[in-house]
Amino acid sequence: MELAELAAHEIHCLLKKKEVSVVEVVDAVLTRIDEVDDNIGAFITVNGEGAQREALRIDQEISRGREILPLTGIPVAIKDLICIKGMKTTCASRILNNFYSPYDATVIEKLREAGTIFIGKTNMDEFAMGSSTENSCFGITRNPLNPDTVPGGSSGGSAAAVAAGEAIIALGSDTGGSIRQPAAFCGVVGLVPTYGLVSRFGLVAFASSLDQIGPITRDVRDCALLMNLICGYDPRDSTSAATNIPDYTDSLLNDVREVKIGIPKQYFGEEVDEEVAEAMREAMALFKRHGAKIENVSLPNTEYAIATYYLIATAEASSNLARYDGVGYGQREKSDNILEMYEKTREAGFGDEVKRRIMLGTYVLSAGYYETYYLKAQQARALIRDDFEKAFQKFDCLLAPVSPTTAFKVGEKTDDPLKMYLSDIFTIPVNLAGLPAISIPCGFNSLGSAIGLQLIAKPFNEEMLLRVAYTFEENTKMSR
Amino acid sequence: MYQTVIGLEVHAELSLDTKIFCGCSTKFGQEPNSQTCPICLGLPGALPVLNEEAVKYIIKIGLALGCRILPEARFDRKNYYYPDLPKNYQISQNYLPFAVDGYLELPPSQKKGTPIKVGIDNVHLEEDTGKNIHSESGGREGYSLVDFNRAGIPLVEIVTRPDMHSLEDTESFMVSLRNILLYLGVSNCKMEEGALRFEASVSIRPDEASSLNARVEIKNLNSFKSVLRSLQYEIERQRRLLSGGEIVSGETRLWDEKEGKTLTMRVKESSPDYRYFPEPDLPPVVIKPQWIKTIRAAMPELPAERLRRFVKKYHLPPYDAIILTSSKSLADFYEEVVEGFPDGKHVSNWIMGEVLEKLKERKIGIEESSLTPASLSELLNLIKCGTISGKMAREVFAEMFATGKGAGEIVKERGLAQISDTRKIKETIDLILKKNPAAISDFQTGKKKVIAYLTGQVMKETKGAANPQLVNELLQEALQQQ
Ligand SMILES: [Zn+2]
Repeated sequence: MELAELAAHEIHCLLKKKEVSVVEVVDAVLTRIDEVDDNIGAFITVNGEGAQREALRIDQEISRGREILPLTGIPVAIKDLICIKGMKTTCASRILNNFYSPYDATVIEKLREAGTIFIGKTNMDEFAMGSSTENSCFGITRNPLNPDTVPGGSSGGSAAAVAAGEAIIALGSDTGGSIRQPAAFCGVVGLVPTYGLVSRFGLVAFASSLDQIGPITRDVRDCALLMNLICGYDPRDSTSAATNIPDYTDSLLNDVREVKIGIPKQYFGEEVDEEVAEAMREAMALFKRHGAKIENVSLPNTEYAIATYYLIATAEASSNLARYDGVGYGQREKSDNILEMYEKTREAGFGDEVKRRIMLGTYVLSAGYYETYYLKAQQARALIRDDFEKAFQKFDCLLAPVSPTTAFKVGEKTDDPLKMYLSDIFTIPVNLAGLPAISIPCGFNSLGSAIGLQLIAKPFNEEMLLRVAYTFEENTKMSR
Repeated sequence: MYQTVIGLEVHAELSLDTKIFCGCSTKFGQEPNSQTCPICLGLPGALPVLNEEAVKYIIKIGLALGCRILPEARFDRKNYYYPDLPKNYQISQNYLPFAVDGYLELPPSQKKGTPIKVGIDNVHLEEDTGKNIHSESGGREGYSLVDFNRAGIPLVEIVTRPDMHSLEDTESFMVSLRNILLYLGVSNCKMEEGALRFEASVSIRPDEASSLNARVEIKNLNSFKSVLRSLQYEIERQRRLLSGGEIVSGETRLWDEKEGKTLTMRVKESSPDYRYFPEPDLPPVVIKPQWIKTIRAAMPELPAERLRRFVKKYHLPPYDAIILTSSKSLADFYEEVVEGFPDGKHVSNWIMGEVLEKLKERKIGIEESSLTPASLSELLNLIKCGTISGKMAREVFAEMFATGKGAGEIVKERGLAQISDTRKIKETIDLILKKNPAAISDFQTGKKKVIAYLTGQVMKETKGAANPQLVNELLQEALQQQ
């Protein structure tokens, strides 16, 4: 197999055995980008020279005795809303197309310290608002499995890069499914950690109470390795959790005996494609064969999730995105007076979907509507959280599809925002409850599109997710 | 007769070394934008982290104002667009502030018998904004710059109930509140640096029984004087309107310090909707009762307590105690002088007389003068032991005040010490008597008045430094011996 298609842990073995150098690994990935990215469009910025320089430096350090940590020298793609010092951070928005971050996000500092190589910044839906990576001012990203279809979103660039060998591993962010859904569509592994487990410092905010950074990788082991790097308390993020971080590779056990898996019936309605449902049933059967206990469970407030999400997320977004006004940084449209400057700048700087959500969020928070919408949504959010809490009194994890469908056609849903919103119906409740969930490949439909299996655990039980996911992977070998 | 109803919103910068949500310095008067970072500039991805000292300060203020400290406080976003506001929202508190329902009792004045309590609606914490600097030229050539050094400086906002009914009440409240903040050591209250700022609301009605007219808010008040002047202007304006049969409309008006008048900024209908909602980047702050206890135990003495203690401990008339405790630095000064000269009333007389007179002349506060408590107590001691006369003391004091030199030093430099050395005076007397044989015979023939003449001669010889009392006694003795 080609170097660019290996998993990080496989490359790590080659680096250790001195069979390849970091420069060779980076060159392999850059070559792949050269070959395919004109078609895929996974990247907004390719850090070619920077990555090569860094690769050379790390090779030299290794020759002088630098320890090769599990992800040292591994090319990583970063979603373009995570700040890397000195690089552009655009959020796929015209309004930030000239913004260079003067600082590193906490996760970037951690990756830098471990010696990973930043290969580039990946495309996404503008400010992470979307489910198809079609809302980017830099153009769309295509699904490497089938270029007529979308890669999912909003972390579509990161998922496509990993799937196409344009990066070995990647970071995405998940506010309502933005890691899991593209991972499912592109046939890779994506994990959204418990809210607070990974620092958000340096992650450009969409909806602060829902956003979480997480890994997108080729297999579950790489996912555990990346989790080992990025998790942990950060004093710079006040919502960060002070909790002990285990070695996640300890959870890579091919063993689900006595694991109680709940099947939430609300996630298996008629909106689910028959082929997706069939893949879920097969997965259940596999787990059963390996000793897991499978039972149905009800999450009765699931039906309120989408409405709740679009009230809370847009409310927070309307405030988070207020800072893009052309005053201190970013794109500015000239005008004689300040009010007009604001209006012109934001009119020209934001795309339609972002404008739609800013308007909705502004409305939600307006005097007279705050109680009706925002507070109501917070109450519904508490109910949704309670549903899960009750379920986790009985179950170790829940199993559900990531999305009701597989990757849809490019342009298929761009004119119908509501239809687009519904593609996140099974991922959104997890963010509302702040839970960890993983998306792993579980086969293909008859058209060759990837199907994603979602596992959900209680807060800070990523170990359970990795264990169950690893067991599935080991017994299907479908991830690769 | 109309009744006036006044409420205030007071903003005070907390005297902390670092900003409220980042580690940037709060030092005043630095190079524009030199004290900024991704957090206080509101750069994409930056997150706030609460400076816990600010919470301690605000609880102190809440307790000093008799407030209830809420068990859980929360930050909210106040959304509005302004170039000096980096995120276009201000992190403030709307729904669950740190302290609520307090009061400030105004110190008794001579005019009013019953003390006035001004209700405090709430005390909350927020971040300051930056500062817009506009170019001289307007129109197309005009430009504006923004200095974000001030953005993120911790601010306390104290919101009163509309319990003040006159300019006197308002002034008394502002002075007392500033005093409390200074006593607590939580703000330097330097109005010239914008560390203390106000917004006032005022409405008038025919009498206490009638319903209130529309409330007018006045912004841009940066000193006690501008608060009082703007209120005076506004009360007059509203009275004129009402007595002319017109109505006062509810609006926000801007105080123009130069023109001395208020101007419409926005009418009520167009008042902004701040769309407050809980700040998702900051978890609620849980205030444990034990914490409040610890802070309460460490609270310094407040002006009202100190006043009572002054009356009791130093046997001062209440009038003296009110004046002396009206400023923390003056009260501190007083107590330090008393330490070196333990006669409370005597010290009070000096401070209320000479010291305040000089301060008033120079229009400064005691903390700005070069006079030290040690030198004042030294001066009082010199008077007491008769080293200098009361008249000399005044001269010495004038120089102390002007130069900051110690009393003893000045007395020595000027050779002002009274000569109380008997031997030295006796020698001078002998000298004078030798020069004035006629005077001796005059005395012997019963012309006692001659003593005054001789005393004058001795004083002249000693350049006024001899103790006149002693000269007189010794002269009588000497003459009798002749
Ligand atoms: Zn700062």
